[in-house]
Amino acid sequence: MLEVQGITQRFGGVTALEDVSFRVAAGAITGIIGPNGAGKTTLFNIVTGIYTPTSGTVHLQGKNVSRFAPERLASLGMVRTFQNIELFGRMTVLENVMVGLHTKGKSGILASSLRLPWQVAEERRFRERAYHWLEFTGITDLADHEAGSLPFGKGRLLEIARAMALEPKVILMDEPAAGLNSRETLELARLIQKIRESGVTVALVEHDMELVMDICDAIVVLNLGRKLAQGTPREIQENPEVISAYLGEG
Amino acid sequence: MTKSRSFLKHEMVKFILFTILILFLPLAFKGGYLLNVFVFVGIHTLLAVALNLLLGYAGQISLGHAAFFGLGAYASGILTATHGQNPWLAMAVVAAAVGTLAFIIGFPILKLKGHYLAMATLGFGIIVYIAFNEAVELTGGPSGFSGIPNLSLGGVSFDTDFKNYYLIWGMTLVTILLSLNLVNSRIGRGLRAIHDSEVAARVMGVNVRFLKVQIFALSAVISSIAGSLYAHTMTFVSPTSFGFNFSVELVTMVIIGGLGSIYGSFLGAALLTLLPEILRAFQDYDIVVYGLLLIFMTMFMPGGLVRGIPALVGRIVMRSGAGSKADA
Ligand SMILES: Nc1ncnc2c1ncn2[C@@H]1O[C@H](COP(=O)(O)OP(=O)(O)OP(=O)(O)O)[C@@H](O)[C@H]1O
Ligand SMILES: [Mg+2]
Repeated sequence: MLEVQGITQRFGGVTALEDVSFRVAAGAITGIIGPNGAGKTTLFNIVTGIYTPTSGTVHLQGKNVSRFAPERLASLGMVRTFQNIELFGRMTVLENVMVGLHTKGKSGILASSLRLPWQVAEERRFRERAYHWLEFTGITDLADHEAGSLPFGKGRLLEIARAMALEPKVILMDEPAAGLNSRETLELARLIQKIRESGVTVALVEHDMELVMDICDAIVVLNLGRKLAQGTPREIQENPEVISAYLGEG
Repeated sequence: MTKSRSFLKHEMVKFILFTILILFLPLAFKGGYLLNVFVFVGIHTLLAVALNLLLGYAGQISLGHAAFFGLGAYASGILTATHGQNPWLAMAVVAAAVGTLAFIIGFPILKLKGHYLAMATLGFGIIVYIAFNEAVELTGGPSGFSGIPNLSLGGVSFDTDFKNYYLIWGMTLVTILLSLNLVNSRIGRGLRAIHDSEVAARVMGVNVRFLKVQIFALSAVISSIAGSLYAHTMTFVSPTSFGFNFSVELVTMVIIGGLGSIYGSFLGAALLTLLPEILRAFQDYDIVVYGLLLIFMTMFMPGGLVRGIPALVGRIVMRSGAGSKADA
């Protein structure tokens, strides 16, 4: 589904990523783990077109999408959530999800300001779809709340609802469990599995090892910008290099 | 879903009440001096709504909007007075031309952010202002351009404050209605998304760069129409109306009224149009007064009048109504 090859990213003197390659298999949940500063978020920023890598390529379904802008990748079915929640704070929860539907509509300035009949129909369809994704993530009752005033856990769910509204082929989640309590984390695990069951490929950056080992089909370990290991959760747990990297850090 | 539909109904009721207020306001003025002032409140509301789409919704500053207003005014004046063209046709052609110009300069300018964008739009405003002064054969230079005909429709010439009030407010009300529709649509959500998180908007597939340019051009088109209306109402224009001070005044209107509120733009425009009439003594210090107003508002009413006044009223009602509760 997604293939990164030889990704290197330098920020001035800092090498955030060095020759990182791996694949994210279609229909699976792939975990990307590593100590703080390993380069996980940087990797997501490159894959989603926010950063341009120093070198290396990204392929989405066999298509070379290196250096594609995020908005173009969105229409090709790639979407993400953010480590530091990036909601549209002054818009309602419902409106946030409706932005996720942006690529599914075509009404422009003229049709919107004149409220042409087909634009009104499109809006109605958007609202219905948005409610569908609010139900999917279990936050329907918050539809009319301002997104900026949501508690942290609900904000994370809204980010997922908004991303799912694009009906992506692949969703990249950056630490979706950070800041959640154990009950919320459990619900998140079920939600991520439900997303995978709906046919969406998942790439998951996460520090919560229990969650990662529990739901991931494959794991990639990054350390200091390099790929340290790759394998099934069991293989990773038994890998001495991984263990020492984590112990060394702790 | 029901909630969203009732929201639309609520918006419609508000708009109808506002329209009634505007339509009957002249009765209260009895054709006096205030009627004339409210003709300008209408033009300023049009301008403030235009700038608010860009500044309040998309979150992109422009310190050069007086230029689009001035281009509309001068081009309409020149086409009708010098070349005898039909004023309505001229207004439309000029608006299209100014929109195209904004579209073209929008691409490089709107790549900039924050202070850099402010500087670039400021620079554009200054260049246009200098052109108004220097292109003497076309514009009459610093002494101004006179002899612009009044607009007329079906034999009725808009030559009194009373007629101009309804002409200008008719246009302004239509613009307000269309703008309300726009900000509550796919495009409006895109604009507000850019304001709150540009990176998230892009990841959601919003073509941020193009949408910014589009709204910049739309804002310029509305400003240009306001300029044409201004020229035909005044029948005389001079460069001082379109300088840096007026660009700042427009930004002040939008911020004081309330960023991201269409009705707020009316409040801001009304206040800043009425204020100089009240504070005649400050005539030469208008920009100082705007500055102080901005500081005051940012400190005490960061949401603008449109949000600040209801909050203030609420607080006063709470104080007097349920003292014990308010103490708790
Ligand atoms: N825009 C940037 N400019 C300069 N350095 C950066 C930038 N982004 C990331 N870095 C550096 O790259 C390295 C990797 O950062 P990154 O945020 O990708 O780590 P991470 O694995 O996501 O960490 P965490 O688990 O704490 O989120 C860090 O040393 C960081 O300081
Ligand atoms: Mg990170």
